Amino acid sequence: MIGHTGTWAALVHRVSGILLVLFLPGHFIALGSALEGADHFDSFLVWTQQPLVKFAEWGIVLSLAAHLGGGLRVMALEFLPWRDWQKGLAAAAAAAAIAVSLAFALAL
Amino acid sequence: MNKLNVRVWRGGAEGAFQAFEVPRRESQTVLDVVTHIQRALDATLAYRFACRVGMCGSCAMTVNGVARWTCRTHVDVALKNENQLTIGPLRNLPVIRDLVTDMREFFDKWARAKGSFEGKQTRRDDFAKIRPQSEDRRQIDAAIECIGCAVCYASCDVVAWNPDYLGPAALNRAWTLIKDARDQKKTERLRAVAGDAGCHSCHTHMSCTERCPKHLSPTAGIAGLKREAIFAFTGGSS
Amino acid sequence: MNARAQTYMWVAQRASAAVLALCVVVHLATMIYAIRGGLSAAEILARTRGNVAWLAFYAVFVLAVAVHAPIGLRPVLGEWLRWRDASRDGFLAALAILLTVFGMRAVLGVFL
Repeated sequence: MIGHTGTWAALVHRVSGILLVLFLPGHFIALGSALEGADHFDSFLVWTQQPLVKFAEWGIVLSLAAHLGGGLRVMALEFLPWRDWQKGLAAAAAAAAIAVSLAFALAL
Repeated sequence: MNKLNVRVWRGGAEGAFQAFEVPRRESQTVLDVVTHIQRALDATLAYRFACRVGMCGSCAMTVNGVARWTCRTHVDVALKNENQLTIGPLRNLPVIRDLVTDMREFFDKWARAKGSFEGKQTRRDDFAKIRPQSEDRRQIDAAIECIGCAVCYASCDVVAWNPDYLGPAALNRAWTLIKDARDQKKTERLRAVAGDAGCHSCHTHMSCTERCPKHLSPTAGIAGLKREAIFAFTGGSS
Repeated sequence: MNARAQTYMWVAQRASAAVLALCVVVHLATMIYAIRGGLSAAEILARTRGNVAWLAFYAVFVLAVAVHAPIGLRPVLGEWLRWRDASRDGFLAALAILLTVFGMRAVLGVFL
């Protein structure tokens, strides 16, 4: 319970999932605005250049990578033969998540 | 002589921690501390123990936030970097008084998970032939040594969040029976352990595996139940 | 929810997770590549308009999300908000529809 690897991995997986499901409707609606034409879409894209929005974007990418890593960990635990290195899965998931978000941050 | 600062839960669901000062001794276990308090300092303290040697699981309590067998927990190990011992009853169970919890729900869930063997052979039949090295038997053996101490149950976040969740011990026991070729109630048992209150609610926090004093892994057994459920309940069967 | 229904949901969750793992890797790689040097509507739409392969890819992505997100949210609502009655499943079904509708609108908006 108290602060050990599996619990942290599961909580990160859950919280990142919550953030993603809160973000997605907005993401879909924003992209749907492209239906109204390129100008509409462009004005939205200008808004996304604001630093706070960029930071939030990075947070979403981090959440996505973390959620994917956590999900792979869950599926490995559920489907692969049981081994003692299970704890390493959480670490690997975390490392992958950070790597991806760094790549994103560098590309911004 | 060295002294140890100890806080012990007094009361039921409502109550408070009471402070004691206990002589510090070499190789002292947490159960030694609790025993000293009850015998020398406050005879009204209620606590459970039996074997004192790590076989029965009766002395399980929450020690500095962690569910442990107090007879097998040295004070040094429990303290780690802290200078105070905090002892409370196991979590996720109703408190009868002080350090004693009501274990009925733990065992009721065991029964709800159909955690008991149902065979079909009688004394007139030959022995069932199970190879000890078969994959099924090895998986059962890895999970069979559970003595029902409730440390895993007390450590499980999902038990805390979902009052209906059967919990790691009950599900682990169901797993050992489902893998048992001699058992006749596989499908009924799977139906009992799959569902909102069952194996599908395990989110692989693995607190149970981390804390089990017998080094069992209920998470592994529960993952096995999830896989078994696929074959039992999809594709038009049952 | 009974054992059968719960098992189907669990299988759907893992299956959609496998699909999403692939989609997410492609999506992240594409975004990291595409946003280098900034982003404009014209640039995006130039790449995506009329591209049937991307249309199919993102349609699958949206459907997988519409399956995966509500099932994933279900235990969170039950365990952290104590929302366990039948209205929870109604809400989640509505969420699945909402994600599908807005998702497909976005996909079509960028490709048609």
